[in-house]
Amino acid sequence: MLKVNNIEAVYDRIILALKGVSLHVPEGKIVALLGSNGAGKSTTLKCISGLLAGEGGEITDGQIEFLGKNTNAFTPDKMVRNGIFHCMEGRRVFPHLTVEENLMAGAFTRKDRRNLSKDLEQIYEYFPRIKDLLGRHAGLLSGGEQQMLAIGRGLMAKPKLLLLDEPSLGIAPLLVEEIFKNIKQINQDEGLSILVVEQNANVALSIADYGYIMEDGRIVMQGEVDSLLSNEEVREHYLGIGKEEITNYREVKMYKRRQRTVW
Amino acid sequence: MTFFIQLLVTGIVVGSIYGLVALGFVLIYRASDALNLANGEFVLIGAYICLTVMTVYDIPFILAMLITLAFSAVLGLVVERIILRPLQNAPIISIIMATIGLSSLLGGAVHMIWGTQPKSFPPVFPPTPLEFSGIIIAPVYLYSFIIVMALLIIFSLFFKFSKMGIAMRAVADDQEAALSMGINIKTVYAMTWAIAAVVAAVGGILLGNINGVSGSMATIGLTVLPVVILGGLDSILGAILGGFIIGILQNLAGGYLDPLVGGGLKEVAPFIIIVIILMIKPYGLFGKGGIERV
Repeated sequence: MLKVNNIEAVYDRIILALKGVSLHVPEGKIVALLGSNGAGKSTTLKCISGLLAGEGGEITDGQIEFLGKNTNAFTPDKMVRNGIFHCMEGRRVFPHLTVEENLMAGAFTRKDRRNLSKDLEQIYEYFPRIKDLLGRHAGLLSGGEQQMLAIGRGLMAKPKLLLLDEPSLGIAPLLVEEIFKNIKQINQDEGLSILVVEQNANVALSIADYGYIMEDGRIVMQGEVDSLLSNEEVREHYLGIGKEEITNYREVKMYKRRQRTVW
Repeated sequence: MTFFIQLLVTGIVVGSIYGLVALGFVLIYRASDALNLANGEFVLIGAYICLTVMTVYDIPFILAMLITLAFSAVLGLVVERIILRPLQNAPIISIIMATIGLSSLLGGAVHMIWGTQPKSFPPVFPPTPLEFSGIIIAPVYLYSFIIVMALLIIFSLFFKFSKMGIAMRAVADDQEAALSMGINIKTVYAMTWAIAAVVAAVGGILLGNINGVSGSMATIGLTVLPVVILGGLDSILGAILGGFIIGILQNLAGGYLDPLVGGGLKEVAPFIIIVIILMIKPYGLFGKGGIERV
């Protein structure tokens, strides 16, 4: 469905953020894109959704292909109309709009406005909490509630592919689990394809079908979730299931350096 | 007492017009964080266009008003397209400077086309004053008030319920997030300028009917500044209420204090209020200094 082919992205014409990233999101699947801070995960999503240009970035090489069309030069609104919705990092709900207005803002590009109330009901089913908060200003919701709203807002656009950027960021662990369960549910019920970017590899791999791992602007590893979960390096670096105790700080540093050259 | 109520009524009517013009000012501020200092010229142009359409082409008032509104909407779109869009990523101060330039340009154009002599509208509203238990209201005031209130209600509904209205508020809140909703920010900007020009033109037409049309009408652009600062630069409700408050205070100051100091206080009063408001509530009565989550 979505094919990202060896893209290179540059910020302010000088900072090379992506150095040839390729990935593939098949229809109806959840794909996880993992990696540490500054690896280029968010930039990859912004390349796909067209939001990169608004931040002074541009794609300098490679192609993005969605449903058989090259979408490199698409503006964000054209991208939404084509079926890709990007839930940005940090939730980014509209703080001074009510919860309901936030959901309606998500439906901005919808042509079939008669079905909106039905879709709203559907979203209340996934996120019952939202229904109780409809009249409240979104800025006053808790982090978890805002994340639910942000995802619900994305669903209102009826996308074919949902890009989720760090849905677990700054949210209580219990709620993170609930939200990811909901994401899986939505994926199964609606057949919605999802590309989720996460630092929390554990929870992301718990719902994903396929995973990519990024480091320093490159994909360094990829595979079915099962194979990633059983991979020693992934377990150590991203899942935090270490194999040996390292007590000396110097050793840790050396060890990391050694690991990095491996990637 | 009658004198007081008389001043109050005048204040409310003039204030409602201030509120309407201020609405345009606030919309632009919310969309682009910039003050539109050419707002007064939009008012002026609206008044002159309507007057010309009525007197030269002999078209009835309502129709003339609609033509003026259409013209103003186009003017707003053109200004946005030619002057503001190239400055989209420029610093705020550059945008404000551009609106100052625009104000001189438009003001000059008006003087060139229509001259500097004050003109008056042909009588549109019935001239016989209405009397309500001793208080005399000129029909022009009453009708102006009705027109303004109708427009304010229409705009409130527009911002609350329409797709475009919600999009405009979303852009005001978080531009990048609005972009990710698929909202086309350029369209929103264009709409904003069109609406601002339209409400300014309505203000101009009504004020022109009340006081006559002359170049000095553009000073309403300055009077509106205290209104929006009082109400909060980014609050639509604040702009409307601020308009009423400034209108009333201005007229009361004019009625009671002007004779004492020998005149002129009416024009100054709003600016004295700005200073006081800024000292007590820097964000204005309804402005948002950012929502704090509890």
